Amino acid sequence: MAEETKKFMYINRKAPYGTIYAWEALEVVLIGAAFEQDVSVTFMDDGVYQLVKGQDTSGIGMKNFSPTYAALGDFEITKIYVEKESLEERGLTLDDLQHLVWEDEDEDWAEKDSIRLVNRAELGDVLADQDVLFNF
Amino acid sequence: MKLTIQVNEGPYQHQSADSAYFFAKAALEKGHEIYRIFFYHDGVNNGTRLTTPPQDDRNVVARWSELAQEHDIDMVLCVAAAQRRGIVDDGEAERNGKDATNMAPGFRISGLGQLIEGGVQSDRLVVFGD
Amino acid sequence: MSMLHLVNKSPYENGNLNTASSIMKSGDVLLLIEDGVYGAVKSGKASAMLEGCAVSVMGPDLAARGITEDKLADGVNVVDYAGFVELVEKNDKVQSWL
Repeated sequence: MAEETKKFMYINRKAPYGTIYAWEALEVVLIGAAFEQDVSVTFMDDGVYQLVKGQDTSGIGMKNFSPTYAALGDFEITKIYVEKESLEERGLTLDDLQHLVWEDEDEDWAEKDSIRLVNRAELGDVLADQDVLFNF
Repeated sequence: MKLTIQVNEGPYQHQSADSAYFFAKAALEKGHEIYRIFFYHDGVNNGTRLTTPPQDDRNVVARWSELAQEHDIDMVLCVAAAQRRGIVDDGEAERNGKDATNMAPGFRISGLGQLIEGGVQSDRLVVFGD
Repeated sequence: MSMLHLVNKSPYENGNLNTASSIMKSGDVLLLIEDGVYGAVKSGKASAMLEGCAVSVMGPDLAARGITEDKLADGVNVVDYAGFVELVEKNDKVQSWL
């Protein structure tokens, strides 16, 4: 396709398991990776709970989809924005979240952090710079 | 302007399907093109022909079907979301060994790629949800 | 480059209006639809969040909820579905704060 690349942003603002939005949003992100657009993902508000480490769903009979976030780097999704205020309000720090990385082909597959911690104003700038915003 | 509309909630429970419908109608009246309406999450329930609302209420599903037919709109139910929620067309019934189908006229079942493609091809994506 | 922000929940139910109004940039427009229209009522505490924002509200949703235009915060613009479409035209992307 000789189309111009668009900046796609997937915005996650809901907690996992209580509703299906987080899981079905992740399915869109994974499918979207095949489309070769300029993809970013945001976790803000209750969406930051999606990335919390140590999720164990064995007692609630649901699939634990949290390991899938660690695979985003393999899908060349390397820009993951986490809003600082959302973490702070919830008493969380980056240490509470999964460590998401990607391997940079141009630097001999050096492992790099995918998560970019941004405050609300910075996130506003990032969103303003996008072409298409996906919400779930 | 070319539009893709995403509907995340089912009919009756939430107003989002109504808002999306009136928005789509207004856009068409203004001469805009609706490239696709993509139904996701519980939104796939907008595509079952087995709903029977009371006589004095609107028929959300039939309203979509009429809009699709009048304006030749591509209305897509996400396959993964539809399978989970029991919305079945002939192809899905055959593939998954189901003994019935319930998809309403004017809809088709397809993959999530159709949503992404809508985002690529359209000037605007407008999402209606909870 | 401007963004249309949609809020469809009452500010007395959740934080979507707060998030939207605090992340909006000058030039952006906020459109309150469905239960979001409660945020535009002048006597309500939440209307303070609208200060400094360009705010439109869906007239059909107001009417359905028994809210007359004289109850709205100053500067709030009432639109119909055609006006909604125009806002989508005028802004180059739409963010639904669901």
